[in-house]
Amino acid sequence: MNIKLKIWRQENSKVKGKFIDYVLDNVSPGMSFLEMLDALNTKLIQEGGSPVAFEHDCREGICGSCGLYINGRPHGPGEKSTTCELHMRSFKDGDTIIVEPWRAKAFPVIRDLIVDRSGFDEILKAGGFISVNAGAAPEANSILVNKEVSEEAFDVATCIGCGACVAACKNASAMLFVSAKISQLAILPQGKVEAAQRVQAMVAKMDELGFGNCTNTYACEAECPKGIKVINIARMNREFFTAKVVSQKTT
Amino acid sequence: MATLNSKIPEGPLSEKWTKYRAEMKLVNPANKSKLDIILVGTGLAGSSAASSLGELGYNVKVFCYQDSPRRAHSVAAQGGINAAKNYRNDGDSVYRLFYDMIKGGDYRSREANVYRAAEVSNATIDQLTAQGVPFAREYGGTLDNRSFGGVQVSRTFYSKGQTGQQCLLGAFSGLIRQVNKGTVKMYPRRDVLEIVVVDGKARGIITRNLVTGEIERHSAHAVVLATGGYGTIYYLSTLALNSNVSAAWSAFKKGAFFGNPSFIQIHPSSIPVLNEYQAKLTLMSESLRNDGRVWVPKEKGDHRHANEIPEEERDYYLERRYPAYGNLVPRDVGSRAAKERCDAGYGVGETGLAVNLDFKDAIAKQGKKAIENKYGNLFEMYEKITGINPYVEPMRIYPAGHYTMGGLWVDYELMTTITGLYAIGESNFSDHGANRLGASSLMQCAGDGYFVIPNTIGNYLAGEIRTAKIQTSLPEFEEAEKSAKARIEKLMAVKGTKTVTSFHKRLGKIMWDFCGMSRNEAGLTKALTLIDELNDEYWKDVKVPGSNNELNQELEKAIRVADFFGIAKLMVIDALNRKESCGAHFREESQTETGEAKRDDANFAYVSAWEYKGENQSPILHKEELKFENVELKIRDYK
Amino acid sequence: MFHSIRLFVLSVMNIVQSNYTIMGNSLSQSSLTKKYVVALAGLFLITFLFVHLAINLLLLLPATDTFNVAAHFMGTNIIIKVFEVVLFSGIFIHIIYSLIVQVQNWMARPVRYKLENWSHTSPFSKFMIHTSVIIFIFLVFHLIEFYIETKFLGQIADVVIDGESYPDMGLKVITAFKIPIVVIGYILSFIVLGFHLHHGFQSAFQSLGLNHTKYTPTIKLLSTAVSIILAVGFIIIPLAIYFGNY
Repeated sequence: MNIKLKIWRQENSKVKGKFIDYVLDNVSPGMSFLEMLDALNTKLIQEGGSPVAFEHDCREGICGSCGLYINGRPHGPGEKSTTCELHMRSFKDGDTIIVEPWRAKAFPVIRDLIVDRSGFDEILKAGGFISVNAGAAPEANSILVNKEVSEEAFDVATCIGCGACVAACKNASAMLFVSAKISQLAILPQGKVEAAQRVQAMVAKMDELGFGNCTNTYACEAECPKGIKVINIARMNREFFTAKVVSQKTT
Repeated sequence: MATLNSKIPEGPLSEKWTKYRAEMKLVNPANKSKLDIILVGTGLAGSSAASSLGELGYNVKVFCYQDSPRRAHSVAAQGGINAAKNYRNDGDSVYRLFYDMIKGGDYRSREANVYRAAEVSNATIDQLTAQGVPFAREYGGTLDNRSFGGVQVSRTFYSKGQTGQQCLLGAFSGLIRQVNKGTVKMYPRRDVLEIVVVDGKARGIITRNLVTGEIERHSAHAVVLATGGYGTIYYLSTLALNSNVSAAWSAFKKGAFFGNPSFIQIHPSSIPVLNEYQAKLTLMSESLRNDGRVWVPKEKGDHRHANEIPEEERDYYLERRYPAYGNLVPRDVGSRAAKERCDAGYGVGETGLAVNLDFKDAIAKQGKKAIENKYGNLFEMYEKITGINPYVEPMRIYPAGHYTMGGLWVDYELMTTITGLYAIGESNFSDHGANRLGASSLMQCAGDGYFVIPNTIGNYLAGEIRTAKIQTSLPEFEEAEKSAKARIEKLMAVKGTKTVTSFHKRLGKIMWDFCGMSRNEAGLTKALTLIDELNDEYWKDVKVPGSNNELNQELEKAIRVADFFGIAKLMVIDALNRKESCGAHFREESQTETGEAKRDDANFAYVSAWEYKGENQSPILHKEELKFENVELKIRDYK
Repeated sequence: MFHSIRLFVLSVMNIVQSNYTIMGNSLSQSSLTKKYVVALAGLFLITFLFVHLAINLLLLLPATDTFNVAAHFMGTNIIIKVFEVVLFSGIFIHIIYSLIVQVQNWMARPVRYKLENWSHTSPFSKFMIHTSVIIFIFLVFHLIEFYIETKFLGQIADVVIDGESYPDMGLKVITAFKIPIVVIGYILSFIVLGFHLHHGFQSAFQSLGLNHTKYTPTIKLLSTAVSIILAVGFIIIPLAIYFGNY
């Protein structure tokens, strides 16, 4: 296959970037998208150019490192898959592929296609945990969890924090990510104890970081590689409302 | 010459850890906040250790190369995490778990450490559950268990096929909570280039900021490495692409002994190599062999489509060779058998380096629905990657480098031979002997992090309370930084013609061919020469574009690959030395008449701990003799 | 056009923000609080639309008397007067909060994508700001024509019903709906309103945290029903007047 590429190149966060066109021959349909970029980089290095920087690690769709905006969609064409799981057989010979980084104020570009997603960890830092010290945990079976509830919690816990929800959202909102984390801990009995403080702290941090608001367009759900549902956003809204109404604190 | 002191507490096996904890020195809370600890790596071991140490009140600085600690490769573990809870009332116990691990490791691990790993496993499950890890449940709300890795009890806790992800995210949440409290400070996007040793004690690290290229000095009273394994030595492996040995290797060069470097597990079922650009091998869970039948054509070079090859022309070689266990033989045996068939020319696929894993009979017998219920997500993953529907034609699988049992040699306290330098999780050599059993790596990592290191490090730091903050202006830091910078400059100055990756691929091929699933004297000797030649070529002809003062992924790779040459050679030296077959280490010279592994307990019941002696010097072997006081050494037989 | 508005707003906001940190202070309510407010105000406005529709449909009665009486009642009754304040507040809050949310949303993505594809989402949801602008323009015309002129300018001829004098709103409406351009504009506006409500009604429930596997499909059906009933209900009137014998 012969592939034309239009890739966003930006040396660092301080300078402006632009799209550069590349042509790559001998792309085999069995290659993964990232392997195609590897091949492009090999070619660029050999020609004395600078390789395209992109983030990746596990290459099996679980670490959440990779995340490219390909032909107008986060993680490219294909349902419920990450960029590293995308294969070139999804494209045709002669196709032009536009590759962009995630775009959001809260995700500034570091270089080329790499963005800074540390905002997600900032949000988790605000409350994405259960305060239990090592050694202080009760016997595991003393906390009974309904099987369905446990599976529901698992489903949201599969979020890999890749940022596709933010990238997909026309408002660059992080609500799907935040609500997934809030939901997991709000559903499980272990997490209920701190649920009210958690939702308020995490939402406040999310707002502070400049993520957009949710206008219920649900592009996040459509593009989430792990199939996280927007019902979690509703749960977050509910949790937040209850927390605000019930809380004795006036702030 | 340094001698190895494993510091195993006296007394009966089951009381050693209790005794140790009763006698260990403690640091009072007010002093803890004056003590700094550096922790490298944020997988399950690193994250759990960071959260525990932070919680105790130490000042913890955590480093990882990823943009976020929660992306470390523990995230990819699939099957589960073992614990001796005996929730099934099926006869499990701490002793039973200990015994299975010792035996599974082919009697090449230290009894006391393995027993402790089994002992703390139960508290680990409690801890992870309390942190909100959604383990599978029974209808009554209690935790579910499954049987895994060919043991006779059901002791594996799991979250579908994503147990590693769930455990890591749980441990990460504990870590991030400490970051919130200010006890832990995160330094993401950093590679460790040097370990700094001051007066014989580990006192800091030199890192490279992967975004700015800045070389940074960080000091502490103790350094803990939780940097994982070096399976990427084969280039293609089931590991994350950026996994590397650099931190452990720099520790080795500073005096930490390396234990059993050649023990590396090759997982039998990964998706095979599909093209020359392939960068990664994806694991297909071991559980598939419960229903899938492994076969190759009886005829050499039979290129017909798998479905066109009639039953009588198929060779179900595992069933043929191991009638008792059939397709369920342990990982090492299954891997070697696949290699044997492919090497003999019976492999399938374009490369001939694959065997069929066929579900035709299982589907015919149990129905497609039943198979889908059991393996649906794996089948989907397989189809996503290969474009082949495994419901209608066999999967193709091939072994892939997976887990390193070898690692930095540590004593009972998980301290390396450098005072104040610890290694936990996969980065140490200790608990899995020569072969790891399924679902025991998560167990060991979390156990080390939550319950072992927080105790043992205190025993050392209690003696450091009078040591003031370590200054990074010390000459040792100066020197380490200089050495790191010099190495980078040297790499950048080569300005050769070949990419870093091309070298990594070639090194991987040498290692795979000569120090992979099956090893022999001639091959290993040849490998030594080949590695040296390639290493020389590397330093003459590698091409690293860009500069040092920017985000430069090629430079990151180049630094890592340079260290891979070192560990590659050490692996080969260790494999040459160990003239027996044990666990994952198969020396062709040491096999039975039927081609099975033959252990040599009389001569090799020891841990090889290698000491670095300089760039062009041979490392020195130290032997830690393994004493088995509680188990009887037996031969593993699967016929 | 929206793109240039967006750019303009962004540049203004950048200046404002750098000087006053406006987002940190006066507009500091949580993103979720703003969502509740928009949702609640929206739902309230929908209930008003139903009342309004009911009164408008009186126009289709053989004589405009009932309509005129009702319109007068709505215009003068003291309780209605109070509600009028509530109503205008509702409109005002809905608009202001939506605008704040919109501006913040624009700010959340200062650099846009070169190519943006369609995800599998509700198309109407992506155009809430566009539809709302059209509705707003309609509202301005509507208020000038029927509210300000009646209330403050007294430009409406009176009609005597049962011995009492009422402004002949019915005549005004009927006269207006004989003009093709008014009819077309009116109909288009309500089609747009239908789109707005199609997303807005069910979206409000999501914002308020009311999403449930069992009930949400019904809410979505209801949303479609509400949008169609209101749009069609209002549209029938000009059509009937234009083509009918009024």
